[in-house]
Amino acid sequence: MAQTITEKIIACHAGRERVRPGEYVEASVDQTWSDDLGAPLTLGLLEQHGIGQVFDRERVFITSMVNAPAQNAHFAAVLKQIRALTGKFEIPLYEMGTAAIHNSLGIEMGRTLPGELIAGGNSHACMAGGLGCFATGMGSTDIAAILATGRTWLEVPRTIRYRYTGTAGRWVTGKDLMLHTIGRIGVAGADNAAMEFCGDPVNALEVEERLSMTNMAIEAGAQNAIIEPDAKTLAYVKDIATRPFAPVYGDPDARVSEEILIPIDGLEPVIALPFLPGNTRPLSAVKGTRLDQVYIGSCTNGWMHDMRVAASILKGRRVAGNLRVIIIPSTTKIHHQCMKEGLAGIFLEAGAAFSMPTCGPCIGAHMGVLAEGERCLSTSNRNFPGRQGHVRSETYLCNPAVAAASAVKGHLCGPDDL
Amino acid sequence: MAPHWHRGKAWFLGDNIDTDQIMPTPYLGLKNNEDLAKHVLSGNDPGWPGRLGKGDILFAGLNFGCGSSREHAPRGLKGAGIACVVARSFARIFYRNAINIGLPLLVLPQPVSGGTPGQDAWIDLEAGAAKLHADGPALQGIAPPQIVRDIIAHDGLMPYVKAKAAAAQSA
Repeated sequence: MAQTITEKIIACHAGRERVRPGEYVEASVDQTWSDDLGAPLTLGLLEQHGIGQVFDRERVFITSMVNAPAQNAHFAAVLKQIRALTGKFEIPLYEMGTAAIHNSLGIEMGRTLPGELIAGGNSHACMAGGLGCFATGMGSTDIAAILATGRTWLEVPRTIRYRYTGTAGRWVTGKDLMLHTIGRIGVAGADNAAMEFCGDPVNALEVEERLSMTNMAIEAGAQNAIIEPDAKTLAYVKDIATRPFAPVYGDPDARVSEEILIPIDGLEPVIALPFLPGNTRPLSAVKGTRLDQVYIGSCTNGWMHDMRVAASILKGRRVAGNLRVIIIPSTTKIHHQCMKEGLAGIFLEAGAAFSMPTCGPCIGAHMGVLAEGERCLSTSNRNFPGRQGHVRSETYLCNPAVAAASAVKGHLCGPDDL
Repeated sequence: MAPHWHRGKAWFLGDNIDTDQIMPTPYLGLKNNEDLAKHVLSGNDPGWPGRLGKGDILFAGLNFGCGSSREHAPRGLKGAGIACVVARSFARIFYRNAINIGLPLLVLPQPVSGGTPGQDAWIDLEAGAAKLHADGPALQGIAPPQIVRDIIAHDGLMPYVKAKAAAAQSA
C-alpha cells in the first residue's frame, strides 16, 4: 500500500514494511538533544534510575543556550551541574564559544538528515523536517528514555498536505507562508498530525526559509512537519552530513487525511498579534503600531539567510531612537560568519545590539526581557501571554525583513516604507 | 466495577493555555515538583499557586498545554497535588509529559459549563469520567490508548522502559 514520506520514515525506523495513521509503534531514534532547561531533569532521571551510559554518544548533544552565559547565580549553579552531568555521561556539551540553539545546531552539524528520525528535547525540534526527515519535539522524560534505549514510542500521525500555489507579494518569506497557514487553520489546526508542505512556492524557497516554516509546525499543534528533499536540500546537507543517509520520498498515490490548498497570490508579509501565533493580520492592517523592542533571531529566524536579509535593509541606516533592537544569530558559526561577511559591522553601525547565540529574548529568559506594557516585534515563533517577559507584555511575530524595516522606522512597517 | 469517585475542588481554565503560562520561564531552574508548585499557573494569574490545593481538579478547554515542551509544567501541577487535569483536548507534548511523570489526565471532548470556581467536583480515574454534582450525570471521557495505559500502570515512562528491558533480557 502506498505511504506518505512520514509513514515511510516511521515504518523504516520501526522495522516495519508499512505503518498506518493512528497505529502506535516503537521506533529507533537517529538523533536527540537537550538544553539547559531539560538536561538537569533528563540526566537526573538517568542517575535516579541507575542508567550508567547513553545509547550512543554520537547521537546526543546538549546545549546550554537559554540562561547561558549564566544570567544569575541560580542559573550559574544549574549550568555548573550540567557540566558535571555531561562530563559524567560523556555527552558533548555546547556553550560559550561553541554556543548555539540546539534545533539549529543539529541541522548545522549535519545530524538531521533526509530520511532520518529525530526526536529533540524542545518543541521546535520539528524544524529539521524541512530537510526531509521525521522530526518531533518531546519533554525531558521522553528524552531520558531515548538516551537509555535509543528508541521511543510514536502514534503514527495522519498526514495533512498543504499545497501552496500562486505568487506572493514582495518581502513574503517562508515565515509568512507559515504564519498565514496557522492563521487559517488555528493553533491546534494540525493537532498531532504530520504537516506536509509542497507546491511551487515552497520549492522556490531557500532551504533556510523552509526551515522557518517547519519550525513553527508545533504552533499548529503538529507532531511533525516535512518537506520532501530536492536538489536544494541535498546541496545543503552534502558537505555537512556526518553519516550516510538515504532520502525518502512519499509514494505519489499515498493517501493523506486532507489536502489543503493555500493560494498565496497577493499575500503580504504576515504579522501574528498577541496572544496566539494564529492571530494573524496582513502587514498593511497593522502598520504604524507602536513598538518598544525589535528582536531578530531565535531558532526560527536566526539563520545566515535571515542575517543577510536583515543586513541588506539595515545597511547604511540607523535604528530609530525610540526602541531597542537586538540581533542574535542562532549558532556560533553563523555569528562568526556575520563577522566575516561584515554583517556584524552593519548591525553595530545601525545602532543594534548584536549578541552571541542564546534563546534568551524569545523565551523571556534574558538578553531583552520585556517590562509590563511593553511590546516587541519579534522574528521568533510564539506570542502567548508573557512569552517574552511580563505577563502583560506583548509579542508581535513577523519575518526578518519586516523586523529590520520596523527597527529603522520605529514602528511597524515593511521594507518598502523606508 | 464499582465507581471510585474522588471529590476535589474544581477550577476552570479556557482554551490554549500554553506551558509558559503554566510554568513561566524564570522558574525553569527549579527541579523538584513542590518548588515548581509555588509558581504553577502564575503566568495565567499570580493567584493560582495560593488557590490550588491537594486533590483539586482542573477543568480546561481545548489544546491545554500547547507551546513549549517544558516538563516543568506538568511537574508543577503534580507538585500542587492536582488530582487530575480534565480538558477538551491536550497538546501532544504536554500529554506525553504528564503521562510520563504520572500526572493524571482526562480527555473530555464536550465543554463543561456552569461550574463555579472552588465548587466540589468528582473524578473517577479508572472509569475515565467526571461530574460536577454529586448526583449529576457522569461525563464520560475518552479512554487512553494501550501504550498510555501501560505507562500509567508502571507509574511513569522510566519504570515502564526498565520493566520492558528486563522482560526482554529474561526472554
